[in-house]
Amino acid sequence: MNRLATLLVCVFLAVAVQLSGQETYPLNDVANPREGCTAFIHATIIKDSQTTIQDGSMIVRRGKIETIGKALPIPKDAVVIDCNGKFITPSFIDIYSDYGVAGAKADGGSGDRGGQMVSTTKGAFGWNQAIRSEAVSSTIFKVNPAKAKELRSIGIGAVLSHQMDGISRGTGTVVTLGSEKENKVMLKEKASANFSFDKGSSTQDYPTSLMGAIALLRQNFLDAQWYQNKPAGEGINLSLQAFLDNKSLPQIFDGSDKWNDLRADKVGDEFGVQFILKGGGNEYQRIAEMKATNAPFILPLNFPLAMDVDDPIDSRFVSLADLKHWEMAPLNPASFEKANIPFALTANGLKEFSSFIPNLRKAIKAGLSEKVALDALTKTPATLLKMYDQVGSLEVGKLANFLITSAPVFAEKSVIFQNWVQGNKYIVKDEGWKDRRGIYSLTLNNETYRMELKGDVAKPDILLIGQDTLKTDLEITDRLVKLSLTSKKDSLFKVKLSGVMGDENWNGRALFSTGKSSNWIATKSSELSLAVDSVKTKKSDSPVRIEGIVTYPFGGYGNKEIPTQETILIKNTTVWTSEKAGELAATDVLIRNGKIAAIGKNLSDSKARIIDGTGKHLSAGIIDEHSHIAVSGDVNECSQSVTSEARITDVINPDDIDIYRQLSGGVIGSHILHGSCNTIGGQTQLIKLRWGLNAEQLKFSNWDPFIKFALGENVKRSYYPSSARFPDTRMGVEEVLTDAFTRAIEYQKLGASKRKDLELEALSEILNKKRFITCHSYVQSEINSLIKIADRFNFTVNTFTHILEGYKVADKMQAHGSNASTFSDWWSYKMEVVDAIPQNAFLMQQNGVNVALNSDDPEMARRLNQEAAKSVKYANMDEHEALNMVTINPATMLHVADRTGSIKVGKDADLVLWSDHPLSIYAKSELTMVDGIIYFDRERDKKLREEILSERTRLIQKMINAKKGGEKTVPAAPSFAVKNYCEEGCHDGNSLLDRLEHRQTSTELQ
Amino acid sequence: MRKIFFNLLLISFLSANAQENMHPAAAQKNPVLIKNGTIHLGNGQVIENGYIFFDKGKIVAVGSGNYDASPVTSIVDAHGKQLYPGLIAASTNLGLIEVGAVRSTGDYAELGTMNPNIHSLVAYNTDSKVINTIRSNGVLLAHIVPSGGLLSGTSSVVQLDAWNWEDAAYKTDNGIHLNIPVLLNRPGQPDQVKSGLEKMEEVRNFFREAKGYNNEPVHAKVNLKFEAVKGLFRGTQSLFVHCDLVREMMIAIDFAREFGFKLVLVGGSDSWMIPEVLKENNVAVILSQPHSLPSAEDDDIDQPYKTGAVLQKAGVLFTICQDQSFGYWRQRDLPFQAGTMATYGLTKEEALSTLTLNAAKILGIDHLTGTLEAGKDANIVLSEGDLLDMKSSKVTKAFIQGREINLDNKQSQLFEKYKTKYSIK
Repeated sequence: MNRLATLLVCVFLAVAVQLSGQETYPLNDVANPREGCTAFIHATIIKDSQTTIQDGSMIVRRGKIETIGKALPIPKDAVVIDCNGKFITPSFIDIYSDYGVAGAKADGGSGDRGGQMVSTTKGAFGWNQAIRSEAVSSTIFKVNPAKAKELRSIGIGAVLSHQMDGISRGTGTVVTLGSEKENKVMLKEKASANFSFDKGSSTQDYPTSLMGAIALLRQNFLDAQWYQNKPAGEGINLSLQAFLDNKSLPQIFDGSDKWNDLRADKVGDEFGVQFILKGGGNEYQRIAEMKATNAPFILPLNFPLAMDVDDPIDSRFVSLADLKHWEMAPLNPASFEKANIPFALTANGLKEFSSFIPNLRKAIKAGLSEKVALDALTKTPATLLKMYDQVGSLEVGKLANFLITSAPVFAEKSVIFQNWVQGNKYIVKDEGWKDRRGIYSLTLNNETYRMELKGDVAKPDILLIGQDTLKTDLEITDRLVKLSLTSKKDSLFKVKLSGVMGDENWNGRALFSTGKSSNWIATKSSELSLAVDSVKTKKSDSPVRIEGIVTYPFGGYGNKEIPTQETILIKNTTVWTSEKAGELAATDVLIRNGKIAAIGKNLSDSKARIIDGTGKHLSAGIIDEHSHIAVSGDVNECSQSVTSEARITDVINPDDIDIYRQLSGGVIGSHILHGSCNTIGGQTQLIKLRWGLNAEQLKFSNWDPFIKFALGENVKRSYYPSSARFPDTRMGVEEVLTDAFTRAIEYQKLGASKRKDLELEALSEILNKKRFITCHSYVQSEINSLIKIADRFNFTVNTFTHILEGYKVADKMQAHGSNASTFSDWWSYKMEVVDAIPQNAFLMQQNGVNVALNSDDPEMARRLNQEAAKSVKYANMDEHEALNMVTINPATMLHVADRTGSIKVGKDADLVLWSDHPLSIYAKSELTMVDGIIYFDRERDKKLREEILSERTRLIQKMINAKKGGEKTVPAAPSFAVKNYCEEGCHDGNSLLDRLEHRQTSTELQ
Repeated sequence: MRKIFFNLLLISFLSANAQENMHPAAAQKNPVLIKNGTIHLGNGQVIENGYIFFDKGKIVAVGSGNYDASPVTSIVDAHGKQLYPGLIAASTNLGLIEVGAVRSTGDYAELGTMNPNIHSLVAYNTDSKVINTIRSNGVLLAHIVPSGGLLSGTSSVVQLDAWNWEDAAYKTDNGIHLNIPVLLNRPGQPDQVKSGLEKMEEVRNFFREAKGYNNEPVHAKVNLKFEAVKGLFRGTQSLFVHCDLVREMMIAIDFAREFGFKLVLVGGSDSWMIPEVLKENNVAVILSQPHSLPSAEDDDIDQPYKTGAVLQKAGVLFTICQDQSFGYWRQRDLPFQAGTMATYGLTKEEALSTLTLNAAKILGIDHLTGTLEAGKDANIVLSEGDLLDMKSSKVTKAFIQGREINLDNKQSQLFEKYKTKYSIK
């Protein structure tokens, strides 16, 4: 069998190879030149989405279209193929494929404790293994007949193929899915430069996080710019050279998720590159943002399968977001069409290619027009590759890449019979190509029977009527036919017929059960009147019902519409101003245009929505100085001791449910920090909790940028004794800091032609007082050391965060000018906090230090007002000063006190209305507003809960019905979000997931 | 991560000493009368302008108005103040760990999966510096619980003012602890439900054999593990089953039914979904910290705050705990966690009862403590204001078995030290 197959391939190659002229490859045969002229006649030819020729002809010669039109003269040397009743469509182009180049991928790097600091790639390449700009897919491409067959079977004729490995992935190559030699099927050697955020098979530590990957890519752009001038110090860097060489190619970025698409586009904007974005299938959830990128997209058809949600215990942990996405994912391409965003479609991301066409039909039922669908598979990808002159439609001179189908290609039961690639025929499905249905007259042993062939064109049913109706089995293999007849009346009458089906006549030998044999013949007497395939023109059934709607964010507690600013008048309430005015009894506060417009008695505004604050308390919104919510990927870029180039701003995730949960605890702003894994961590981002808005809109505008530093046990990897990363002691930490700032000073002295170094840029900003530090710190020795370093380099450590031994050196902190952001009462969870005391905040405050209380914890963040109250309990702090520790004080240390943090006319209306004394355990926030917009309303929250319940119920029932209806399902997948903390392993038990994992670990101990 | 966290940790640590100038109080010598206070009995009732008279460690009388005591009585005027029964931490590793990240300070989880025979009491460190910070917020008793494995071991209740663990023992070996394997499948993991149920079958087999063993008084060889669970079969011990999900709780109930054990669920995050089932089966719950995030993304944002109210309404006997890795120093937040439940559906007295009478019942010590009633131990907390609200909680006196305990702790001593440095009064 194998030998036969090999032989067939050889024969085929010999035939195909000689279609063109001279070539270098020697022949192991005599020359066998052929024109490969084929005429397709009587076909419905779809030239492109705009043009269809009825009863058309197309002549193909030497792999290209020679002529196309109606009633063309047929060349004498043509092989004629009658396509009556059939449809010819350009075959599809998939520009996101790894056909023929897919390599074994190692599992993504070695994490933060691997200790591989530099690349181990051989050759004069760049420093980081994940930057593989030098990779050239055309040099490793190998025709893969099995894979090609699979792709052809779903209508694809050409692909842009690249090795999907690394952050910069080098170039992709365009190949057809023919079986000829690599050099024949390759249409373009280098057709794209490809990128992603995934480090792939790199075993190097850096980067460990998404923000690290983004930083690496940005630095790579800068390095390449610098390398253009051939800097002497760098020598030969083939990675940077290749990156430069590839710049003129279409640049394709694998975002694979709506937010990552935007992140990629932002990097592109920074460096003047418009990426083609390969999406993840959830882009419809933020279509306006997608539109704003101006990018063309490549969209997958990876619609999720229904989950098995019969068991309510399993369905309980499936999020509404996932349920909704299951229902709405087919809307993705239609949303792009509606928004008029150009896009191509890809089969990438499908578990099984066989779901490509069915999913495409789902997308069409969900509103994607067939015209745009066809463009997305032909013209658009060809145009993106700048190859529309060669592929993507059926026109004279273009490659003969087309499909012959039984019906319009997207029709429900349309069969792809043949997928022609470069003028060569590849059969996808032969059954039904020749319509044999009709009425035949069968003569056997001098008797004549009426034989009816009807039903499915590919698998017709047979009926044989003579004296009586015979029970008949029909088996067709290519042109061979076997019939087995049994009389229903005469059980002894059994005949086996075998023969060959000609176009009109069938004939062969019959063997009777008696042992006798004879000839038989069947002749077609007429067509079946009903033989016209009913599915040919029938439109697929009515559009699917998708009742779900996009909410912002997409999922539970999302807004149907983004909330808007109102004029609001809060009447007769107790106002905790967090200003010198202190507490104002029975006072009104007017909010207009997002600002506090007036504070006083008997205020009025005819347009205002009146909120009765009687018996309630109004305070400034809470600001959490130390938070790790709303981040995509790891909050630590842990691979090096200095990663000041990593930026939280790149990885803000506006979908985090903890944003909403914290609004319910009165929080309006959070300072999102890098973790504490290394001495100089990443740049931070201050956000306002504008639930439902996108990442950019969450960011606090015009703020002084900050950066996270860390000292002590976490930095020296105390809990991972095998860590190879310098430093391992507080002594080493001090040197890391001194070295970093020394390098930054030297960097600043370099001339204009210097290589822009993102790490040193951030450090220079610190030296120039343009960026400010918040430093994770615990014990007095390290606090003191950092103050001394800062003094030496002439800057101020803006904030010490955690700072649990701050009370021991509060005087020094005050003298240096630092702020302190601490826990109320945490202690004893690690060695460096055994001297922590709940009076720390008070003692620092008494020394004149501006003190805030923070959470570093998504659970505690909801109760920061109560944490503030603990200073009243443990140290008799004044109540107003206690509340200030979560309002004006953090605003002050974040340099935004001029805009938020207190109740003062002109400031942003970032407010909380409490049901009770704001420091009391019995106080609930009833309203939380940011910029005068009510993002949390306890009454509205009740309604949201009801809506969540009814929407969940509907979708779970729909999934159950889908399963009953025979749809494939996957096991229910709980959607526990990973919570980020700075203190790893120390916040256990705050969530069910923590508890489950804890219990799972302990019950598995042996 | 957590495994590495603890297992790789090889830092040496000098074991903690008690605050050297503090010592446990001597036995009560003179009778004490506390008068004019607002007395929260711990069973839901409140006596305004009340008195408590106690002697020889026991409460003699509680009432309103005046009490005629003997002349040698010490008298405490509690005018304007609040009196409570000593609060009970119902599930904690207090005294079994000093510094979470320092492995050598941990004595809470033994190797192996079936350790009913290990006893928390013998490792309970009365000199832990954490203990004094707990009781100064009103928590005077604690149920010391081992963790890890399937059968973690045997727990005991201690009082928090003792020279050594023998002194501390309040109720010895009152419970056996079982962790149910997580019965929830997650993508990319092997079938946890199947393997979990298989492990539970091992546990069942263990108890089937233990039952047989304990039916037979004479043994050729002693089996310590079977001996350790004798009390469960005799009804002198409770089985504390640590689990959270509905499926796990149902398995726990079925399990306890097979052997006729007294059942207490610890954790019970999803207990709000099956309060009637818990009530019908007479199952008590030690609910994991109300200060938790909602279990599922779409859960009510305040679900953990209000689960207590759901159980209360259904008549389920329950208390709360702060367990897991911060389960030692955070015991001092228990009153505030109860306060949160009072914000979300319980009355303040119901919330208080969870930490007093309910906890005492669940631990089998309600004949000794849990309420301020005559005949019970004089475990009493005196606070300037509402004990469940951090804004007003200020414990100024506390008595364990009638002994007035020192409310100082390492932290307040450091506070004093640095007040001196900075000349703060």
